[in-house]
Amino acid sequence: MANLTLQDLRGSPARLRKEALIRAMFFAAAALSIVVSTLIVYSLVREAWTFVSQVEWKTVWSDGWFPRRGDYDIKTLMVGSFLVTFIALLVAWPVGFGAAIYLSEYASPRVRRVLKPTIEVLAGVPSVVIGFFALTFIAPELIQRVFDTTPQQTMLAAGLGVGILTIPLIASISEDAMRSVPNALREASYAMGARKVTTSLRVVVPAAVSGLVAALIIAVSRGIGETMVVFIAAGKSGGSLFETNPLEPGLTMTAGMASIASGTDSVVGEALTFQSLFFVGILLFVFTLGLNLVADRFVRRVRQRY
Amino acid sequence: MPETKTTQDVTETVDESVDLTPTVRDRPQDTGPAVFDVTDLSVYYGAFRAVRNVDMKVREHEVTAFIGPSGCGKTTMLRCFNRMNDLIDIARVEGLITYHGVDLYDQAVNPVEVRRRIGMVFQKPNPFPKSIFDNVAYGPRIAGAKGDMSEIVERSLQRAALWDEVKDRLRASAMGLSGGQQQRLCIARAIACDPEVILMDEPCSALDPIATGRIEDLMNEIKSDYTIVIVTHNMQQAARISDRCAFFTAEVNETSDTRTGVLVEYDRTETIFSNPADARTENYVTGRFG
Amino acid sequence: MAITAPLSTGTAAEVVRRRLEGGGPDVSGWMFRLSLLGALSFSILVLGILLVDVFTGGWSVLSSRLGDFLSGTLRSQAADAGIFQGLRGSFWIGVFVVVLAFPLGVGAAVYLEEYASDNRLTRFININIRNLAGVPSIVYGILGLAIFVKSLGDFTGGRSVIAGGVTLAILSLPIIIITSAEAIRAVPNGLREAGFGVGSTRWEVIRHHVLPYAAPGILTGSVLSLARALGEAAPLILVGAVTGRLGSSEGLFDVGALDERFTAMPNIITFWAGLPDPDFRALTAAAIAVMLVFVVLANSGAILLRNHFDKKR
Repeated sequence: MANLTLQDLRGSPARLRKEALIRAMFFAAAALSIVVSTLIVYSLVREAWTFVSQVEWKTVWSDGWFPRRGDYDIKTLMVGSFLVTFIALLVAWPVGFGAAIYLSEYASPRVRRVLKPTIEVLAGVPSVVIGFFALTFIAPELIQRVFDTTPQQTMLAAGLGVGILTIPLIASISEDAMRSVPNALREASYAMGARKVTTSLRVVVPAAVSGLVAALIIAVSRGIGETMVVFIAAGKSGGSLFETNPLEPGLTMTAGMASIASGTDSVVGEALTFQSLFFVGILLFVFTLGLNLVADRFVRRVRQRY
Repeated sequence: MPETKTTQDVTETVDESVDLTPTVRDRPQDTGPAVFDVTDLSVYYGAFRAVRNVDMKVREHEVTAFIGPSGCGKTTMLRCFNRMNDLIDIARVEGLITYHGVDLYDQAVNPVEVRRRIGMVFQKPNPFPKSIFDNVAYGPRIAGAKGDMSEIVERSLQRAALWDEVKDRLRASAMGLSGGQQQRLCIARAIACDPEVILMDEPCSALDPIATGRIEDLMNEIKSDYTIVIVTHNMQQAARISDRCAFFTAEVNETSDTRTGVLVEYDRTETIFSNPADARTENYVTGRFG
Repeated sequence: MAITAPLSTGTAAEVVRRRLEGGGPDVSGWMFRLSLLGALSFSILVLGILLVDVFTGGWSVLSSRLGDFLSGTLRSQAADAGIFQGLRGSFWIGVFVVVLAFPLGVGAAVYLEEYASDNRLTRFININIRNLAGVPSIVYGILGLAIFVKSLGDFTGGRSVIAGGVTLAILSLPIIIITSAEAIRAVPNGLREAGFGVGSTRWEVIRHHVLPYAAPGILTGSVLSLARALGEAAPLILVGAVTGRLGSSEGLFDVGALDERFTAMPNIITFWAGLPDPDFRALTAAAIAVMLVFVVLANSGAILLRNHFDKKR
């Protein structure tokens, strides 16, 4: 060992090259994600730009969304998205949140082991299935029994469907947020003689509030981005007049996009019909991106604290 | 016998308790060749200096102990010897540390090669979730050894005083062993690579006293074949097993409210414990502080 | 020293006992708990009703002509129609997701967790991936339409299974990366140090120690991603999945036909759901039942797998 030289500590160049190559390959895989984002933005902007530069702006504020006819009333779609998402949250938020509090604060580990996966299975149900369920069960059995003059395809049905879809999302994010609240806080509350209700509502929930807000925002984002439930259960695929009544059929941004693209042939209609698809797409992308960035901030705030 | 003046000869401290000059004594008449030569070494984590201006030589076939209270940079110092600090993004080394005359932090040096020659045993036993046999055979295998590893495995387990206990269940999972056995397995794993040096970072701190005793006996047995550097919190352990001790302490940096480790005194163990030169060393080994 | 007599029936003991037992039943507490349980049960109830509804609705078709149903093609007559082409399309889409998204996704996760240092580029990649995970699936359809159908049409065959498969593989990528990264992060650092300590290279540590340890988590996340991708209809609508009639009728493994018009299970379901003919309603339910069998099995399997390994650790 006494005659050690620098050469001995170099290692074989072939091995070093191999390690460098492997590292480069892994880097390429990670960098691919940037390529994907760029391509998405490029795809959207290219055709949306054509739309924006050629459209007659008065058609973007007309009576309804009939892209094949040249009526591009964007507010129809946006109000539709808003309405459906709002109804969805009315259902999903109390149910999801309630389930989360129960799983996090009340359920025994055995109960949790059984019930939590059940909710996760609900999360795995494809949206087309929920759409079908909304159309064939929720609409006739629930809505039409109460409001018997409404059509089968309504935004209410779609909203309830999207709500069901969103329950597991809210439940799991909220539950994670509450479970990450340290037990020391709960113990401090119990030690002062507080009941479980009080501890849960006044100690745990406020401590987890960043995560809960994040759950809400992510749910909104998901609701806006949901396509198939609306497409199947809210009708109006050709186009829709501006509609604010949830008991009527309607269109959201997403379903509007899907309508343009579907049919017996891919995209036919007026000159800018094809481009209008991308116009709506870019609005959708910007909305959901904004919501997700905000939600991300809230999630990291939870992580930082604990 | 004339004392050769080395660059490490430092002034003897008198009773100025504020004298911060480290006392590092080499007595040439009773030392072997130096394996590591550390010159003015400082280790930084980003802007924070964890340990500063260390000068020392680690001698062959000795057990060198790093002692001192926690947070003094002992582990940081130890991990410099096998380039393990590289694994921390923001870690940076200034100064020189040579291994048989070769600069360990030279650009051309491959840390993987360094770690084949300088093994490490960690504070918390960390066997691989594989069989006992595969744990020990892993090091030689990745170093390129082919064929039947049984001989190497048996030899390493024997030297780690674990063979008799596991020879009938070499294919069993290492995770089924007790804490002390796992640590001896980790020692066997390190030995299997045929290193020259074995670094040990508080190897017994997670073990009960009986397991600790067995590992201390082990260290005494193998030190004639290896050079061992051990970080320990346990003063008595250092007194029991080491030939040379390096005492570290922490200085508080007033402006940044952080602590930087510094080598206070480095000498033969008997001297450190019976006749230390520095007041801080004396305070520590007599239990007045730390 | 006097020994105090026990106050067995004295007023002090009674007062204390009353205090400790008093307060009455915690009505609001119990009502709260009940409402929470109600919320939880609601979700389970919905799932139950849905499953019952689907299976009873499709029972007539499944029980009478299961074989024909599975091997039949899209027709305008409900009595003859079958889902074979949908099964075929979904099968190939699954292949694309597994072959493309799994390795690329796990590879990206390995880079981010094992190789990358904490600098601006790494943080940017991470944010980017998290954003991609939140992008609505129909926007991935736009990507598929613009790039894989139009721009690269010569390579993919335009509105083909290839375009659809690659689009859904890209859609699955962010989630696979995120779940794999989580699984890799959960590997204890002591294991890596042990590997490095005996002179392993970075790739050896990853290959021999990190990936085997993280494998269950990675697998679970990937299976869940695949199940989700197979249920997506919106991107495929944009990429041109056919719903009316699909002329061709190749075999399941006919690789040569990958660049032709295609369809997939979710799209068939979407189309049939919108038809007024009540016979098609039963058909839709049957198709859903078939798809659900796969999807629910995959989900449950992945979740059970994860719970099993979580317990072991």
